[in-house]
Amino acid sequence: MSEHIVSRGIYAGIGATLLIFTGITYYAATVDLGPLNVVIALTIATFKASLVVLYFMHARYSPRRTQLVIVAGFFWLALLLGMTLSDYLTRAWQSI
Amino acid sequence: MHRTGELYGHFKTPGQQREAASLGMWVFLITEIMFFGGIFLTYAINRSMYPDIFAEASRELNVRMGGINTAVLIASSFTMAMAVWASQTGKKKQLTLFLILTLILGSVFLGVKYFEYAEKFHHHLVPGRNFQFPGDVGSRAHAQLFFSLYFGMTGLHALHMIVGAGLLLWLVKESLRGRYTPQYNTPVELVGLYWHFVDIIWIYLFPLLYLIDRH
Repeated sequence: MSEHIVSRGIYAGIGATLLIFTGITYYAATVDLGPLNVVIALTIATFKASLVVLYFMHARYSPRRTQLVIVAGFFWLALLLGMTLSDYLTRAWQSI
Repeated sequence: MHRTGELYGHFKTPGQQREAASLGMWVFLITEIMFFGGIFLTYAINRSMYPDIFAEASRELNVRMGGINTAVLIASSFTMAMAVWASQTGKKKQLTLFLILTLILGSVFLGVKYFEYAEKFHHHLVPGRNFQFPGDVGSRAHAQLFFSLYFGMTGLHALHMIVGAGLLLWLVKESLRGRYTPQYNTPVELVGLYWHFVDIIWIYLFPLLYLIDRH
């Protein structure tokens, strides 16, 4: 079985997109959007990280088995962050 | 020893061997993701408790240097991806060139980081007895928390960069000996995975540390 070779054009396109969104991240941080600022920053960062994982790290072209391991890893990370923050971020509600 | 890139006895095909290697690398990277994940969680909890001090402390960071470093690191991920491409298509000279470019960009990142750290020392923003920050004892303590997280997270990231630079040096040396061919380039591919992972950590560190409140 031969490996999938990602073209130079795709790499260049992804690299340029990552640079453009770095600029957008900076610009978004200079506008006051209240609590939305952090949401936008993390959404852009996650979009950029997804591009790196899918194209630079070839996850899109990897065998299903590898993809399953990657998804499972991020699922556990989501559990760690989600369960802990759902505790900490709701503690203030109790004191009402 | 696995010197010529031949097939190990317990694999049937080069493709199977390559897939097993990259799967193993991903399992390692997931342990790294969980390791950094715990630190990001610590950051999230502390920022949710002291949002104003974290915003104020974040404005002390040099956003220009941080921004330049983000671009440098993305460029290095691109040259690393191109190195993988060169190894897969058998372009040995380009492989060495892209590996050296990646190494240079990684070194530029670390150099900028050195100047940033030096600046923090000059401004008394390193947690410890010489730490200075406007406000009462409480806000000074919480600002120290921010800077502890800043040095902890960027320091661990820089440590990963230094390990990556060592791996790149080794790849440059091996590529000069013509070790990597379209049939065997697993080390280039795996170091590439590691390098991109380190890039991803920085993609989150930049907005979370430098850009909390810039308006």
